[in-house]
Amino acid sequence: MPSETPGGPPGDRFERIFRTEYARVVAALIRRFGDFDIAEDAVGEAIVTAIRRWPADGIPPNPGGWLTTTATRRAIDRIRRESTREQRQVQAMTMMDPEPAEPVGVVDDDRLRLIFTCCHPALAPEARVALTLRLLCGLTVAEVARAFLVPERTMAQRLTRAKRKIRTAGIPYRVPQSHDLRQRLAAVLAVVYLVFNEGYLASAGSAPTREDLSAEAIRLCRVLAGLLPGEPEVEGLLALMLLTEARRPARFEAGRLVTLDEQDRKRWDKDLIDEGLEIVRNCLRRGRPGRYQILAAINAVHADAPDAELTDWAQILTLYDQLMSIAPTPVVALNRAVALAEVDGPHVALAIVDRLDLSTYHPWHVARAALLERIGRTAEARDAYDAAIAVTDNVAERSFLVTRRDALPT
Amino acid sequence: MQEYMLSVHHRVEDTLPEGAGADEIIAAVDTFNGQLRSANAWVFAGGLHPVDVATVVDATGGDVITTDGPFAETKEYLGGFWVISAPDLDAALDWAARASRACRAPVEVRPFADEG
Repeated sequence: MPSETPGGPPGDRFERIFRTEYARVVAALIRRFGDFDIAEDAVGEAIVTAIRRWPADGIPPNPGGWLTTTATRRAIDRIRRESTREQRQVQAMTMMDPEPAEPVGVVDDDRLRLIFTCCHPALAPEARVALTLRLLCGLTVAEVARAFLVPERTMAQRLTRAKRKIRTAGIPYRVPQSHDLRQRLAAVLAVVYLVFNEGYLASAGSAPTREDLSAEAIRLCRVLAGLLPGEPEVEGLLALMLLTEARRPARFEAGRLVTLDEQDRKRWDKDLIDEGLEIVRNCLRRGRPGRYQILAAINAVHADAPDAELTDWAQILTLYDQLMSIAPTPVVALNRAVALAEVDGPHVALAIVDRLDLSTYHPWHVARAALLERIGRTAEARDAYDAAIAVTDNVAERSFLVTRRDALPT
Repeated sequence: MQEYMLSVHHRVEDTLPEGAGADEIIAAVDTFNGQLRSANAWVFAGGLHPVDVATVVDATGGDVITTDGPFAETKEYLGGFWVISAPDLDAALDWAARASRACRAPVEVRPFADEG
């Protein structure tokens, strides 16, 4: 029996290398050639070459460098081939930055340019997420299509359209200037968090979660934290995702969602919690709070409670008050009301929840149902559970809601 | 450098501000135009009369058909526009934000297709 190679079978190792290196390689080529399609095609060809050659030649000592060099040669070959028709492009290429496509310094990393371009506010939000998954996480078009539950053709068209807008509208390939960095970073973080949430509780489909998407979001956020050190909201989002991800092993029981108060906390991932808590402590020390840092702090309070009964709800309520002061959205108001129910009781909370205009948002129906149930307004609770079930497409969550509804006294 | 059209979209139900309001807008647009010129971003600009004085000419058939009124009855109409020159979309969006503040209306940014 052959000895087990550390890091699993070679195919998996290749896959991991491609995933890790993809963004850096494609980003460097986009900068060099000024064209997304040329870069993507060339990197694709370099990966095919690697799959053919590495099993015999072994993985090169610097796989990212190897992929970049190979892809660059492929791109130059292609441009030469097309040069008779596209004379202008060749000229443009020879005028391009001749320096090797290696990262110059931390902040000059090409991936950072790519992140900001893919998450540009002039692109539709779903296009930002799709471009990010394709170019920064290195998912194939088919995988991105699966993540969105749309046919591959549809996703290919969406990506093509987004890239066409980048090219024709002149969306720049660079890190924004400092005066709008903060605002543009918020758009980037929103995309990362969207990817994470889709992986954490899939909006539809037969699988209740997609761990791969959550893992990609965390990986991307780690890259961002490395590239933009000292941006507290990047750290905050990373901590928020780590603390949330830590609860994954306890979230499902026989295909049914288990709510936070009923989870077996011994099954939470302690390493992720420790890392998340450490980041939250650093954020608190820094004293520049923002939306993600506060959400991370709220999750830290949950992580700190050995038992749901021992949750420091007063602390959580204070944090939601702080969040309301910087991001007063109906969704934050809803979550604050849920915390308020634990401090001041369900009547006060229900009065607030009933005033929120969130009837298309299924957590609103879930929160209402739970509060009505606690107050003993059973018939209304049943209606609220029904309404929640009607607007929930996640299988595990539906199963949970049906169980709760059916357990109501008749 | 690329050329962009910044078009000002008015809604039919919007009423034009009276008196001092209108003067303020005119002054703000003048200032904005000055900024465009001194940054060498100015190409062309113009404000349009309301759509109720528009005429549509259609020569796509055999005859030339002339009709009164806007091309399509819509809730929004083009109130005016700038053509500017900018290095990239970020720069154009920056000008558009200033334009929108000056004329107090939403501004659409569209790149011109390359000539040739």
